[in-house]
Amino acid sequence: MNFDWYPLWNSLRIAAISCVLVFFLGIFFAYYAARLPRAVKGVLDVFLTLPMVLPPTVCGYFLLLVFGVKRPLGIFLLKFGIKFVMTWYGGVLAASVVAFPLMYRTARGAFESFDQTLAYSGQTLGLSNTYIFWRIRMPACRQGILAGTVLAFARALGEYGATSMLIGYTPGRTATISTTVYQLWRTNDEKGAMFWVLINLAISTVVLLTVNMLEARQKKAVKA
Amino acid sequence: MSLIVDIHRALGSFTLDVCFEAENGVTCLLGASGCGKSFTLKCIAGIEKPDSGHIELDGVVLYDSEKHINLPPQKRQVGYLFQNYALFPNMTVRQNILCGLHREKNREEKERKLKEMLKLMQLEGLENHRPAQLSGGQQQRVALARIMVNEPRMLMLDEPFSALDAHLRDSLKIELRDMLQRFGHEVLMVTHSREEAYNMSRRIAVMDQGRLLTIKDTKDLFADPGSIAAAVLTGCKNIAPARKVGDHEVEVPDWGIRLQTAQAVRDGLTAIGIRAHYFNIQTKQNRYPVRYVEEMEEPFEVILQFRYEGQAPDSPPVWWRLSKEKRPGEFPEALGISPANILLLYE
Repeated sequence: MNFDWYPLWNSLRIAAISCVLVFFLGIFFAYYAARLPRAVKGVLDVFLTLPMVLPPTVCGYFLLLVFGVKRPLGIFLLKFGIKFVMTWYGGVLAASVVAFPLMYRTARGAFESFDQTLAYSGQTLGLSNTYIFWRIRMPACRQGILAGTVLAFARALGEYGATSMLIGYTPGRTATISTTVYQLWRTNDEKGAMFWVLINLAISTVVLLTVNMLEARQKKAVKA
Repeated sequence: MSLIVDIHRALGSFTLDVCFEAENGVTCLLGASGCGKSFTLKCIAGIEKPDSGHIELDGVVLYDSEKHINLPPQKRQVGYLFQNYALFPNMTVRQNILCGLHREKNREEKERKLKEMLKLMQLEGLENHRPAQLSGGQQQRVALARIMVNEPRMLMLDEPFSALDAHLRDSLKIELRDMLQRFGHEVLMVTHSREEAYNMSRRIAVMDQGRLLTIKDTKDLFADPGSIAAAVLTGCKNIAPARKVGDHEVEVPDWGIRLQTAQAVRDGLTAIGIRAHYFNIQTKQNRYPVRYVEEMEEPFEVILQFRYEGQAPDSPPVWWRLSKEKRPGEFPEALGISPANILLLYE
């Protein structure tokens, strides 16, 4: 019998794409939120962080409220052939929403501890703001940004609640590792569930080891 | 070639109100911490924006609230040495200095200027070091190198010695002073240290609570500070309220004495100042009986504190500072001050 590897592929694809999306969105909002007036910043901050504290099923519920095929936005998107419900890229949406606050919060923390005089001195030397952002601010904040990216990737990979609400479980179409574990467990396939649990453990371990290695190398580079 | 600054801005507890002109050479902004010195530099650099005013450098308007001109810092070509030097930690010395050379597109020319600056700043051999591996003095030289290759039209230094160990400070002062003299454009230096101001600058602008009190040639300022704030900042230890009683005579009620002055006393005198070095045992003028209070020893000098006979016992004592060899065996019964050494303070 041909073993169905689809959940692995689908999970990695969803986690990788969400991770990239969340990386840029998180950095964008972290950078611009820091410059907003305090009142606006407070409100935006609560809104952007909510998915982190809400139960993921509640996030999924809200996503269905907005993107459901009978909702205005869902109907509108359907005209372009885009449907977030019961599709694998709906999983990207669900995972991104849930993982976003992790990237946003850690990136914001990193930006806030950035020594602003570095940016100022770059400006007085005539360096463009884009150069300063990518070549001075980002490298100085890379610890936090890297940590946020990894957390976001791990969170996206393990996403279950919002994903199951929005895209459900269809073998070979929307199944991810976490929904597969639940499905197999529910249907008394304990061995199958254990297999996917081990796969998940292996991926998470590799990711964390990589991060630790990168951090160690970076510390060494700074010292040398 | 000159810098014209006239800026206003509400800053929490006080209002920044600074108006001055600076010519080629080093001008110091001297003032207590938090008086708006650094903020003034930031406005000139374009990092901060005043509420209103006008800033002009060598005929180019950098900022003008009425004409709605506010050049971004990138277009002002103003060198700014930050207090912590602001070297980019992720870059090597070489990369840091190349950041200042980004306008130079010719690769050979770029390399030549880099080499020249490394040599001038005695940084050869350190090209591939990161800022964290350098000493404070080396960091300062890298920061200056990065600014100088950028060919700024003026230079601003924010407390350039505060991040250095005391023993490094003096030799670096001489290095930096000579370099600034060669620079040949306007230099503004912010400091709260009167020694640094005296060592480095030709002119000093005294700032207090966001206001610019006086701008004078360095030696003139120390000889005649003119205001209480300037007297304190130039290190005058003895300041007491006083009133005019004659064209060359003042009364100091707190000390219960009258003093003859060499300078003519103007109306509106509020206080007098006497530098702690200027009391003298022999001087016959302004000689009054004194009583010893206590003393404090310094490495090479001693501070003897006393009160005048008519002075209230709970009022702050007067400071007399002299080198240890000159210290009298017995505390004198009376001390005099030459009338030329009485500072007349009007604000």
